[in-house]
Amino acid sequence: MCGIAGIIHRGHTGDVGDEMTRMLQAMKHRGPDSTGYALYGDPSELLVMRFKLADPNDSGDFAYAERLARSRTAVEQRLAKLGAEVDRMDGESDYAYRATLRYAGELKPLADYVEDVPGVEVLSLGHSLEIVKDLGDAESVAQQYRLDKFQGSHAIGHVRMATESDVDIAGAHPYWAYPFSDVAVVHNGQLTNYHRWRRRLERLGHRFQSECDSEIIAVYLAQRMSDGLSLETAMKQSLTDLDGVFTYLVVTETSLGMAKDEMAAKPLVLYETEELVALASEEVAIRSVLNREIDTYDPYEGEVMVWSR
Amino acid sequence: MEQVSAAPQGGRYDIRGLAEPDATAPKNAVVSGSTAEFDAAELSTRQVNLELRRLVYGEGVTEVTVHNPGAKHSLSVGLLARCRVRIDGSLGYFGCGLIDGPEIHVTGRVGWSVAENMMSGVVVVDKNAGSLTGAALRGGDLVIRGHVGARTGIDQKGGTIVVGGNAGTLTGFMMQRGRQIICGDAGNGMGDSMYDGAIYVGGKVASLGVDCVEAELTETDREFIDRKCAIYRLDQPATFRKFVCGKKLWNYDNLEPNERKLVL
Repeated sequence: MCGIAGIIHRGHTGDVGDEMTRMLQAMKHRGPDSTGYALYGDPSELLVMRFKLADPNDSGDFAYAERLARSRTAVEQRLAKLGAEVDRMDGESDYAYRATLRYAGELKPLADYVEDVPGVEVLSLGHSLEIVKDLGDAESVAQQYRLDKFQGSHAIGHVRMATESDVDIAGAHPYWAYPFSDVAVVHNGQLTNYHRWRRRLERLGHRFQSECDSEIIAVYLAQRMSDGLSLETAMKQSLTDLDGVFTYLVVTETSLGMAKDEMAAKPLVLYETEELVALASEEVAIRSVLNREIDTYDPYEGEVMVWSR
Repeated sequence: MEQVSAAPQGGRYDIRGLAEPDATAPKNAVVSGSTAEFDAAELSTRQVNLELRRLVYGEGVTEVTVHNPGAKHSLSVGLLARCRVRIDGSLGYFGCGLIDGPEIHVTGRVGWSVAENMMSGVVVVDKNAGSLTGAALRGGDLVIRGHVGARTGIDQKGGTIVVGGNAGTLTGFMMQRGRQIICGDAGNGMGDSMYDGAIYVGGKVASLGVDCVEAELTETDREFIDRKCAIYRLDQPATFRKFVCGKKLWNYDNLEPNERKLVL
């Protein structure tokens, strides 16, 4: 089933970490398998890289700690080799890390080289985007990654009920639009022309980390934008290019957008004011951050909307 | 031998999947004569429904006001008696489903599948509704003053759905009986695969679905629309168009080619 949520503060910042946790926790019944966040903090000169060394499902055998230490050293060596100077590297758990880097080069070789270390996946790369995803509900993920104090302008999130691929971090949303900076997507639905688009995008040199159909939406949009389309035009194009049922949310450094397929098969409720836009699969999620009577509506089939922060 | 385990939201459910099997009516309503009101802010879905049933079935109350519904799902469902319920706010999914008899007024908005399978009664929603509004409706009047989402009255088998605003895609999908009055515009594929019944549209129709055709609006139709709009005080557009089933897909009595060979 899955649940998606998005919030964007316009002209100011807010407690997006805490707000997204409340929204996702209110929709836990839509997907208890894993929870993910794409949060936008203050843009920084430094590049923020979120990555994992292993999956929480991996067997914790005797060599586990040693393997993780080896992988971490390998990541550090590879970053140094490409001239990315590590400003800080913090472990959120024994397998999930957040690093800030001084690096001005291309993102694709950096991501590819780091991910070449076995088990390592770059979850996000950008100057303000940070993707956090793990198994369990929103409250446990927020606690593990200390998201309650996260300040920012906008965020999207996802609670997952796995249907098409495994319950692991690679299959959890949001998806970063590898290798494009600061773009991420959450999706509720199924894409039926996944393999066709995956092959097309792979021919353009993109890598896919999971078997999850949603992963192509992020890469598809980022590819279209790098071809020169605006976010909104790329999203409109996606309505005809992507086949299946979908409602998805996309975030860039400055905007948040929604698109709904022509069947309107997947829900989305929208609350919109000058200062704040909040969207979610169910109104209870919006009520968890706005605890009062509000005017909301469902966007129609085939609609694309974009808001700037 | 109730087997009870922890539900995802911290509540409990039994072996049949019934949530909070040991919930009881909170008895927090203030009753005065035949009217009552209570606050749902701190109550679970089941507690709200149990309190409503206690008041209507047990206390003989005929008018109940529910404050702070908080867009919770499945509120005010399964009421099978004549009564008046005022929901002071918005409902989530499956609100007012499976009812037979009540007159329910929702002052806010409703999510997906409002008044699903209503047998009789009236549900009036002051703001917008989500998709699947009045799914499998059997009888009664369902009135949405605002806009509705997709697949309004899917599988409708009776009753009337009145929409003050616009309707989304596949309105009246597979409807079998009953009527819909859409004062605004309707989306693509309207009346797709409908078997019977009628859809009246005041605004533009984006496109018709399979086997849905326009029919002549008769005096009786006009009288029906005027009457419904007057009862619920809806501003109606000057003209309406009527859409019905084209009966091209009516093959119920026909045998398949292979079956015909067998019979003959």
